[in-house]
Amino acid sequence: MDLDSMEKILQYAQESGKAIWEIVLESDMENRMVSREASWEKMRHTWRAMVESADSYSGQRRSRSGLVGGDGQKVSDYYATHASIGGTFTAQVIAQALAMGENNACMRRIVAAPTAGSCGVMPAVLIPLWRREQIPEDRMLEALYVACAIGGVIASRASISGAAGGCQAEVGSASAMAAGALTYLQGGSAPQIGHAVAMAIKNLLGLVCDPVAGLVEVPCVKRNVAGAMNAIAAADMAVAGVESRVPVDEVIDAMGDVGRRLPVEFRETAMGGLAVTPTGRAVQQRMQQSRKRQRTLTIKDSRWKLATAPADAPAEGEA
Amino acid sequence: MIDIFDILGPIMVGPSSSHTAGAVRIGRMGRTLLGCQPKTAKIHLHGSFAVTGVGHGTDRALVAGLLGMKPDDLAIPDSFELAEKQGMQFSFDEIHLKDAHPNSVLMELEGAEEGQKLQMQACSVGGGQIQVTSLNGVAVNFTGAYNTLIIQNRDDRGYIADITTTLSRARVNIANMSLSRGHRGGDALMVIETDERIPPVVLQFIREFTGILHITYYEKEDE
Repeated sequence: MDLDSMEKILQYAQESGKAIWEIVLESDMENRMVSREASWEKMRHTWRAMVESADSYSGQRRSRSGLVGGDGQKVSDYYATHASIGGTFTAQVIAQALAMGENNACMRRIVAAPTAGSCGVMPAVLIPLWRREQIPEDRMLEALYVACAIGGVIASRASISGAAGGCQAEVGSASAMAAGALTYLQGGSAPQIGHAVAMAIKNLLGLVCDPVAGLVEVPCVKRNVAGAMNAIAAADMAVAGVESRVPVDEVIDAMGDVGRRLPVEFRETAMGGLAVTPTGRAVQQRMQQSRKRQRTLTIKDSRWKLATAPADAPAEGEA
Repeated sequence: MIDIFDILGPIMVGPSSSHTAGAVRIGRMGRTLLGCQPKTAKIHLHGSFAVTGVGHGTDRALVAGLLGMKPDDLAIPDSFELAEKQGMQFSFDEIHLKDAHPNSVLMELEGAEEGQKLQMQACSVGGGQIQVTSLNGVAVNFTGAYNTLIIQNRDDRGYIADITTTLSRARVNIANMSLSRGHRGGDALMVIETDERIPPVVLQFIREFTGILHITYYEKEDE
């Protein structure tokens, strides 16, 4: 079946008695013309790539601009030695969201979920829960299929691209996918998954995409934390029985509408918001100067290395 | 219909699916179409590729692709050093391409042997998807999402029939096909995108038709 309406999927799940993950799995088999095993194994590969990326984090790495790196480690060190305000689990989620966002900015391998800029949200909530509850891997894969249904519906009704719909379409979509996956893992019903998705999106509606110097660094990395925490709140509310007053498909359509009406300055162009603050402009100028220095140089020219690894951006490397 | 592994995926080296993963794919496409590892590569960046390319690692990603890497290769950030080791020379500058997508690049590639030359313009259209828009100055349009056969032939009757019949007999289904030529009776360019892979023996068979000047085959990335 087409993944273009949450309500259609939820209704089909109730009528057929099939789980949502199973409906999505079958839809993938049909769409890509692959066997059940092939689809399942590709999802397993995707999950393991996520976990591997989380495990490969190092707080020593810095991004090419030098703006990003080390914050995930700071939060990990903090909850290891202090009782954090939100408790250990919350601190783990925050640390994981930062670490994955930093991995992305530092040119490490990540799983776009649904985009590279929002790749921290899903692993931030799923990996700490998986470890704490010792959830079997197969059940995690089922939760990922549920998340795919949500992302697929958002992509077909609204957008998952910051250039088209602002950050609400990237971190907002990631948060909705994570909320649905968490609700599933927490034993929520199909309608509860719908409410979790609706509430997660509503809470981030209107979030603009305003990256400093146009880079996937500031504020993207920390917004992954917002997306992750929002997902936990939405899932807990949904399983507790809290319902979204506006049905999920209408919420997704509203997000698409807001995205289309967002001025272009707030859609990944680095022409508004944080990107045009004095600090944002200064970073942009610094990046432009390093670009001018490298112009027309070749690898044979020793100045090339000076230009591509300025003193304020330590070269990242394998730890 | 949306592929769920475009929602949860691709598995890629960051930071940007368009500026990094797409750039690797463009470089790799250039290498494939050249038919060998380039000895020299002049890379001209346009629009957003020029403006935010350094911060996104677009430069390193393009070189990584020219070295044959895929978007999830952890060595992408080290591509400049690897290129130096392998004796590949490259240079970057900025260019303004008329009516081009903001994430566009023009590459002039040369192989070690005489005659190995390619000029390719391509753009990264989002989510890691790419589009080749020009080959040696001839406008084309293909994405690398399919197996792609590019045939340069004399502009004369019968070639299309011969080639499509050969593919059909080999049980290869054509998904998209486009034709272009500079002028009547000159050289023509045929781009055929197929669902199935084209066996080497079939490629060899087509290569030996009279009037076929050059054949290039790009096989899509493994699942």
